[in-house]
Amino acid sequence: MPSMSSTIELKIKRRDRPEAPPRWEEFAIEYRPNMNVISCLMEIQKRPMTRSGARTAPVNFEASCLEEVCGSCTMLINGRPRQACSTLVDKTGTRLELAPLSKFPVVRDLVVDRSSLFERFRQVKAWVPIDGTYNLGPGPRLSPADQDFRYLLSRCMSCACCMEACPQVNDRSPFLGPATLNQVLLMITHPTGALNKEERLEAIMGPGGLGDCGDAQNCVRACPKEIPLTTSIAQLNREATSYAVRRWLKR
Amino acid sequence: MAKPVSIAVVGGGLAGLTAAIKIAEAGQHVQLFSIVPVKRSHSVCAQGGINAAVNTKGEGDSPWEHFDDSIYGGDFLADQPPVLRMCEAAPGYIYMFDRMGVPFTRTREGLIDFRRFGGTKHHRTAYAGATTGQQLLYALDEQVRRFEDDGKVTKQEGWELLSLVIDQNRICRGLTAIDLWSMEVDAFPADAVILATGGIGAIFGKSTNSIICTGSAQAAAYQQGAVYANGEFIQVHPTAIPGEDKHRLMSESVRGEGGRVWTYKNGKPWYFLEEKYPAYGNLVPRDIATREIFQVCLEGHGVDGKMMVYLDITHMDPQVLTRKLGGVLEIYEKFVGPDPRKVPMIVFPAVHYTMGGLWVGFDQMTNLPGLFAAGECDYSIHGANRLGANSLLSCLYGGETAAAHAVPFAQGHQKRAPEKSHPLFTAEALRQREINATIMRKRGPENLRALHEEMGQWMTEHVTVIRHNDKLRRTDEKLRELQERWDRIDLNDEGAFANQSLLYARQLDGMLKLARVITLGAIRRDESRGAHYKPEFASRDDAHWLRTTMATWTPEGPELSYEPVDTSLIPPRPRKYDVEKQTAFLL
Ligand SMILES: Cc1cc2nc3c(=O)[nH]c(=O)nc-3n(C[C@H](O)[C@H](O)[C@H](O)COP(=O)(O)OP(=O)(O)OC[C@H]3O[C@@H](n4cnc5c(N)ncnc54)[C@H](O)[C@@H]3O)c2cc1C
Repeated sequence: MPSMSSTIELKIKRRDRPEAPPRWEEFAIEYRPNMNVISCLMEIQKRPMTRSGARTAPVNFEASCLEEVCGSCTMLINGRPRQACSTLVDKTGTRLELAPLSKFPVVRDLVVDRSSLFERFRQVKAWVPIDGTYNLGPGPRLSPADQDFRYLLSRCMSCACCMEACPQVNDRSPFLGPATLNQVLLMITHPTGALNKEERLEAIMGPGGLGDCGDAQNCVRACPKEIPLTTSIAQLNREATSYAVRRWLKR
Repeated sequence: MAKPVSIAVVGGGLAGLTAAIKIAEAGQHVQLFSIVPVKRSHSVCAQGGINAAVNTKGEGDSPWEHFDDSIYGGDFLADQPPVLRMCEAAPGYIYMFDRMGVPFTRTREGLIDFRRFGGTKHHRTAYAGATTGQQLLYALDEQVRRFEDDGKVTKQEGWELLSLVIDQNRICRGLTAIDLWSMEVDAFPADAVILATGGIGAIFGKSTNSIICTGSAQAAAYQQGAVYANGEFIQVHPTAIPGEDKHRLMSESVRGEGGRVWTYKNGKPWYFLEEKYPAYGNLVPRDIATREIFQVCLEGHGVDGKMMVYLDITHMDPQVLTRKLGGVLEIYEKFVGPDPRKVPMIVFPAVHYTMGGLWVGFDQMTNLPGLFAAGECDYSIHGANRLGANSLLSCLYGGETAAAHAVPFAQGHQKRAPEKSHPLFTAEALRQREINATIMRKRGPENLRALHEEMGQWMTEHVTVIRHNDKLRRTDEKLRELQERWDRIDLNDEGAFANQSLLYARQLDGMLKLARVITLGAIRRDESRGAHYKPEFASRDDAHWLRTTMATWTPEGPELSYEPVDTSLIPPRPRKYDVEKQTAFLL
């Protein structure tokens, strides 16, 4: 366990608006047991003053559920993409450096615009195409094992830690990234979602798709929900290869 | 074919997304507003499951039995007809989710599994591991994205509703909202508006709710004339873990799967719920479990003398625990530490659910024509105490019903909503910009978060589990004082971009208004019913209080009136959980 001093020292990368230059501000707050990064930021709201006593605006950040299911509060904490809610000061130590994610446009302070991720979900049509929501009786049966596997994938909370960690995701590349590819696997492992499996695979076989994965394996280490992202991508690769062969044979 | 109507749905939790899908499916247009991207809405927090009497366990369960459990569990304060309709619709919702691909936990035969929850003897709760709300919300989010792709849904994510636009005939014609990044205030005409804006846990400072659950939209609607009903009914969940930033829930499903609550008495484990309630044991409804925990702790039996008891699953198979409760246990491990499969968890009661809310008729319309409400933000269905796993269900029912009535309402307008450039809208947007400008200039001595914490402490201490009239009155005085101090806040942020402090100030103002509704409602209700408990008036008093509290905003504070409860299906009877419930006859 790291040594605990009675003050928590925070260095936070701030920016007033998207086009403003970034700056670092330092804060010191009193340590209490069981604090997480969110409670540190709340403490700053209560006394918005830098370490040197200068008046400043409270630090802007995104947060909602605070129990690591909504995916809102992703930021760089001591250089690593993490959820601020589940990062406990008792584990990180009392020196913290907070910065916004670097792969997404900064809005203000620690807030970034991750709407491109949801746009990608739309691009790969990450939904089961049901006929309607009226009562058409039960869905297809699934074995507990298949279901458990899908559940594992389905816990992705779109936090974007994997995209931040992935060297292939950047402004110069159209790579969809691990979270979106994982959605594709989730869809084709459902019996109804699999009905248009070929179309779904087709969509990730071109530019920005599977071929752009550099196999750095950072994503799986960064995922706070321990989703086997690299296994997902490997499985998609197998599916894609077998589809490519079938497509070729059909020519 | 007539031009489609456009309906504004405010809120992208389970209720809002259900409404959006139903409207889009009916061929109409939806403008979907949410503070957060809808996929991050508070509904993701729901852990344990969703109720439906599918009766796959050979227990003779039925929608009627579900209905009777819910009415009895709610201590007869709920208007009954919509509750019955909800219970009848429930199995269909489970099948719908199943077809959408929700990874419900399965039985060996490949069927959806059901587990037990509080206030019933039946296995009636479908679940996806222990993150059911997340999985259900994701399924709806995917379907909404599909409608968005088709152009039927326009999302306004990152917009917060500031006010409704109400015309001279008191008809709701749209709303104003603010872009949380650019801070632009705009008006949005709509042929009907559905609020699905969730609970108000933030009024109590720390609760199990997401921190965005401030009730800002309900507070706005209330101040514009919408009636707020049964505000005093707030559910305190028996098993949460305390935190610096919020309290985290240990779902009732932990007890549903066999978890036991105990504490030491005379050096020996004392399973006080099992002892006092042999028929339901650890699965008594939440209001009862919470009061019992309070009682044993007040008698000095709490863990380390504190307001805490043990929640124990160490006798259960660790593999089953991981499969069925993994999501909950992970929260305990991440935020507290020790492996709950090996060491009993330490838990305490925390504010959890808002039974009260905007008054709605059976068509989910508020008293303002054109304004509908659904989900946790409306008052219907749960009466004086909600049964576990009935909330997600009520979101589905409320969302579907609101959509089913909002569409014909919108189509029935003589004239479509006027354009955005109409003075009705420009004047309201201007009024909101002026309110913002006034708040932006505030440079007084008070700090927003400190005021919020003070309100939360008072509300938690005096307006939750045990209520005394003198303390409630002092709380109301405190709330008035805080309201005055709110006028003297230091906004502390000149930023014209993404100014979170400005929104926080507005939310706190709304919370103070609703806090008074809760407190005054509690003062007036001199009886004990469900979650509302006054030792001075310890029993239920149907002769005087089988009534719905209706709060109307006035500049001086809430004005309370009462309306009778619709008990047309099951006559009220005493509520007891030490013996097995006798189901009422189907009339
Ligand atoms: C920890 C926890 C566990 C739970 N477990 C269960 C369970 O197992 N089973 C069960 O049945 N229930 C459970 N519940 C209760 C259930 O989760 C909620 O009651 C339900 O999800 C509420 O859904 P909703 O659609 O009404 O609102 P929410 O999901 O809260 O959504 C509210 C929406 O409104 C938006 N919004 C709010 N204000 C504004 C505004 N001013 N402008 C624009 N948008 C706004 C938000 O952005 C959000 O999209 C649990 C609750 C908690 C706290």
